[in-house]
Amino acid sequence: MFARHAVSARAIHFVYQPDTAKPPVSGETSKQNMFMAINSAIHSALEKDDSAIIFGEDVAFGGVFRCTLGLKDKFGADRVFNTPLCEQGIAGFGIGAAAAGATAIAEMQFADYMFPAFDQIVNEAAKYRYRSGGLFECGKLTIRSPCSAVGHGAVYHSQSPEAYFAHTPGLKVVVPRGPIAAKGLLLSCIRDPDPCIFLEPKVLYRTAEEMVPKTEYTIPLGKAQVLAPGNQVTLIGWGTQVHVLLEVAKMAKEQLKVSCEVIDLQTILPWDKDTVCQSVKKTGRVIVAHEAPLTCGFGAELAATIQQECFLNLEAPVTRVTGFDTPFPHIFEPFYLPTKWRCLEAVKKIVNF
Amino acid sequence: MMSPTARLVVRRLNQRNQALAPFFTSTKSFATEASFETRPFKLHKLEEGPKTSVTVTRDEALKYYKQMLTIRRIETASGNLYKEKIIRGFCHLYSGQEACAVGMKAAMKPADAIISAYRIHGWTYLMGVPPLGVLAELTGRKSGCARGKGGSMHMYAPHFFGGNGIVGAQVPLGVGVAFASKYRGDDNVCFALYGDGAANQGQIFEVYNMAKLWNVPCIFVCENNGYGMGTSAERAAASTTYYTRGDYVPGIWVDGMDILAVREASRFAIEYCTSGKGPLVMETATYRYSGHSMSDPGTSYRTRDEIQEVRQNRDPIASFKEKIISTDLASADELKAIDAEVKKEVDEATRKAKSDSEIPMEELPADIYAAPLEEEVRNVAPWEPLRHKRIGSAVNLN
Repeated sequence: MFARHAVSARAIHFVYQPDTAKPPVSGETSKQNMFMAINSAIHSALEKDDSAIIFGEDVAFGGVFRCTLGLKDKFGADRVFNTPLCEQGIAGFGIGAAAAGATAIAEMQFADYMFPAFDQIVNEAAKYRYRSGGLFECGKLTIRSPCSAVGHGAVYHSQSPEAYFAHTPGLKVVVPRGPIAAKGLLLSCIRDPDPCIFLEPKVLYRTAEEMVPKTEYTIPLGKAQVLAPGNQVTLIGWGTQVHVLLEVAKMAKEQLKVSCEVIDLQTILPWDKDTVCQSVKKTGRVIVAHEAPLTCGFGAELAATIQQECFLNLEAPVTRVTGFDTPFPHIFEPFYLPTKWRCLEAVKKIVNF
Repeated sequence: MMSPTARLVVRRLNQRNQALAPFFTSTKSFATEASFETRPFKLHKLEEGPKTSVTVTRDEALKYYKQMLTIRRIETASGNLYKEKIIRGFCHLYSGQEACAVGMKAAMKPADAIISAYRIHGWTYLMGVPPLGVLAELTGRKSGCARGKGGSMHMYAPHFFGGNGIVGAQVPLGVGVAFASKYRGDDNVCFALYGDGAANQGQIFEVYNMAKLWNVPCIFVCENNGYGMGTSAERAAASTTYYTRGDYVPGIWVDGMDILAVREASRFAIEYCTSGKGPLVMETATYRYSGHSMSDPGTSYRTRDEIQEVRQNRDPIASFKEKIISTDLASADELKAIDAEVKKEVDEATRKAKSDSEIPMEELPADIYAAPLEEEVRNVAPWEPLRHKRIGSAVNLN
């Protein structure tokens, strides 16, 4: 189990870049961090949909990261409840409840704990519609889970398992980069008619603060966002890594006079090929960065598709800056992560190829 | 071969027959109902169990007989189609276990749900899919209940949440389905079926716990046919008293070769669950005549004599037939007529299942997502993309 404590500034390998663009909806905003924004999305879901339930380990008490704080008091113990520690059971239970008509929001306490539930997610949730020829589905299921590096998480509280799930047609896989994105994308997942895996970079829960619209809104799934325009190198990331890349783009501009375009993929499956390929056709150079290991990380899929779709536009091979092909290390975490220095080095290499 | 405890109930149709005499060519009179004594139920953490004295009406008896026989015929046809290489891949036959499904179905209310594993041709039929829908699914043709996209293990119907190819994986879903009933307060239960082999899967213990913790109206049914694939129950399980393996979940052992015993136990279980007492485990002791699947001849881990012995002495259809005839619920000729009718229907369905066409290639990428964000799915050649599409809306969310 993971002890909850504030992430010390020393442990953080990136500088959070708050969203300052026009929010997805107009109206009043308030300063929220990511766990508050997620809480507010779940609040909306429960408020507007009587069939919505949220459950998971310690969820009734607010969850280890406080995302469900206060929801049991507001919506009752029959809708916001703790489960035993049994991820496979939680997933299967959620699929069953969703198949029977409930909007089921399951929390897996850590993405690293999703592997006992892998069979249920991959074989049951993802394939229910297909294998029944469209007769049955469990699209009202959303599985939320904290993921990725947190500074001290070590082997079993730091992994980024998005690529495992991206290998599964029938699922949608989404990773938000901050509070505004998290609120809109989570509501989209909850209301989406397909089973969704929503991976929340846990380091952002408290460190990420933005002015989040108070009213509810959704952000479309399957769409990437161009966060910083540029014309020489395309930098693609998701979750925490977006903030690393935004800083890299600034550094590249100042130190190398290189213009980088930063794309937040947001939805890993199905991913936004149009936005990515349009950018690559313009820049001719692309770097994908993610925390998960290199081999078969989602960057591999991006690289393969980009070389097929944009082959004649490429000025250099598609480059991946990622975690290493090792288990997620404890004391070596600073060396394992695709930090701004490793990414900047990749920018240097790619423009001088 | 009639059970010595079976008793004839002497309420006859004489009077009614006399009244209706002008319309009847036959003067034969039948019993309207008969009572039997089941083998004793074994109970786990229950003070009281189902009644061992059970009554069946003539109409019910004929219905159950026909249902069991249809399942047997469908399975025989399936086995033959497999041997003819018209059914390919996986195929698990239910022959020998018919009394379990028919008994449970007889007790179920119309909106009670069921979810099972991969031996489900019979359940599909019981839940409303005609034999053609089952057989054409097996042959992978468009009249199949999942239009040939699921095959042997993946058949569905309203309130039937499906067959499932992953051993034990359906059981947690059953608890979720039952929870939805409890949440809605609609008084329905879910039967979550698994075999003696699947009973050793960890996830079943996870959901025993969840179901009891929340008193979810789920009836866990362990259909114990004695063998998990090729390993006998004794060689795979530290405890073969499956009805006790829910520990804190009460359980019932029932003779799964006796349709009336299964019906009675299922009625009891439904009553128990809907009265708010929470889940129950029901073990139906049964037997499968065929191998685990078609690739298993089923004779390397048990003797032919053993199979023969069950067929002769405990067959669920033959023993029920004996009961029907010996208590005058119906005549042998009547049953023979039902046999002929069932044979005709299944033969006809088999013919159609062979000659029916397959769904077109364009359905290969259909029904993956509800509203596909990417219209195209990759094909082997980039210039021939497949279009993602939806065929129809789901039956479970209406």
